[in-house]
Amino acid sequence: MDAIDVSALRKRFGATIAVDGIDFRVPPGAIVGLLGANGAGKTTTLALLLGLITADSGSVRVLGHDMARDRFAALQQINFSSPYVALPYRLTVAENLRVYGHLYSVRGLEARIRELAETFALAPLLDRPVGQLSAGQKARVALAKALVNRPALLLLDEPTASLDPDTADRLRAWLLRYRAETGAAILLASHNMTEVERLCDDVLVMRAGRLVDRGSPAALIARYGLADLEAVFLDIARGRPEIAA
Amino acid sequence: MSPSARRIWGLIYRHLALYRRSWPRLLDLAYGPVLQMTIWGFTARYVLNGSGGALAGTAATFLGGVLLWEVALHSQMGFSMSFLEEVWSRNLGHVFVSPLRPWEMLAAFLVLSALRVAVGVVPAIALAWLLYAYDLFLLGPALLALFVNLLVMGWWVALGVVAMVLRHGAGAGALSWTILFGLTPFAAVFYPIAVLPAALRPVARALPAAHVFEGMRAVLGGATMPWAELAWATGLNLAWMAAAVALFVFEFRTARIRGALLVIGE
Repeated sequence: MDAIDVSALRKRFGATIAVDGIDFRVPPGAIVGLLGANGAGKTTTLALLLGLITADSGSVRVLGHDMARDRFAALQQINFSSPYVALPYRLTVAENLRVYGHLYSVRGLEARIRELAETFALAPLLDRPVGQLSAGQKARVALAKALVNRPALLLLDEPTASLDPDTADRLRAWLLRYRAETGAAILLASHNMTEVERLCDDVLVMRAGRLVDRGSPAALIARYGLADLEAVFLDIARGRPEIAA
Repeated sequence: MSPSARRIWGLIYRHLALYRRSWPRLLDLAYGPVLQMTIWGFTARYVLNGSGGALAGTAATFLGGVLLWEVALHSQMGFSMSFLEEVWSRNLGHVFVSPLRPWEMLAAFLVLSALRVAVGVVPAIALAWLLYAYDLFLLGPALLALFVNLLVMGWWVALGVVAMVLRHGAGAGALSWTILFGLTPFAAVFYPIAVLPAALRPVARALPAAHVFEGMRAVLGGATMPWAELAWATGLNLAWMAAAVALFVFEFRTARIRGALLVIGE
């Protein structure tokens, strides 16, 4: 059973086609990057996968559940993090983790919070309001929140945006470790090509709502005959014809 | 605890943690009812003294009206402000992608609303007793029925406000402060429906509050509880609540179609 199985997914907002009939699969345990310029349709795709937006047509199955009919069963096993969705900033780190632990009905919640605090070096911050934390600390809290229910599928929207290289590097290492330990799948929308090259087994490239290319980072670089994934991204974003959508 | 109860508790806990950490929010809960009670208490005393005691019944209806109307106002504010807190903290995206069902979210807001009424209105009731020797409990068992109807009226008005926020974004949250306050003239809080111009009486009769306050005045005047008024209030509340739920469901579905749930606070 694939972690994500998307078929002929389409979403239009007025005259704008945000997602134009895309198909893709994310196998269990895979880390897949979702790339594209601003407005390419990445955030809409993530929102469709999470059931925040209803599709005009097509289907989304997440962990075997049809998101149109059975999304809450899937949501129990998914989690999500985005720098554009905040955690209540007046609540402490521990209170935030407790809130989401309850929302996901996590068993042994206090032990799980201690475990996450140890993993993400949050123990000294547990009693501090999230609003008083640095960007790097907030990113660690956001990732701890995203892992509170031990998700089988993690959807991450620019997880290292605005982080310093050290914090970003640690965060990537945590993601790789989580995947190795749990076999979870991760779908990652990112503009950081170094990050995508390091983390992702496969990459989906979107332009104007369509999936215009896909493959492993190495395969894409080889196919385009360019130096790195950033060059590939620029080539696609600036309008090179599709090679193998 | 069942998973559903835990999710509801999770959202309640989120707001209790917020209030525990914010004394201005706590103070704000009781500030309005206590202020209203103080103003209307002295007004009632002035009317009472000026009439040589002849208008004691009128003074009592002023105080009863103030206290009970605060139940509706706080019920509505407690519900809609809980939703708006999620909007303002840009947290709705996380809430809506959690397994929390929309009805569980609403259930949590109902509990928070009832708590807000308790914390906000009880000090005003105590103040009325201490300062003006006014005992709201003289209404007897009827008080519970009147109280519950006003609580429920606050809920469906709040549900309407939440639906408007889903439709028009955070800016519509301003309705939370104005909409029920704006209905005060039609709620017959301080005067009978008959005082209103004939053209406005149907508007008043469409509101459960107007029937609640007609009932309150009857009981304070020494009559038994007019059950017809209570039946009207209950029936209207059920009808308005059904309409508000239908509006919420429609706007929630529409917001998912429009992609508004992620950007509602923007």
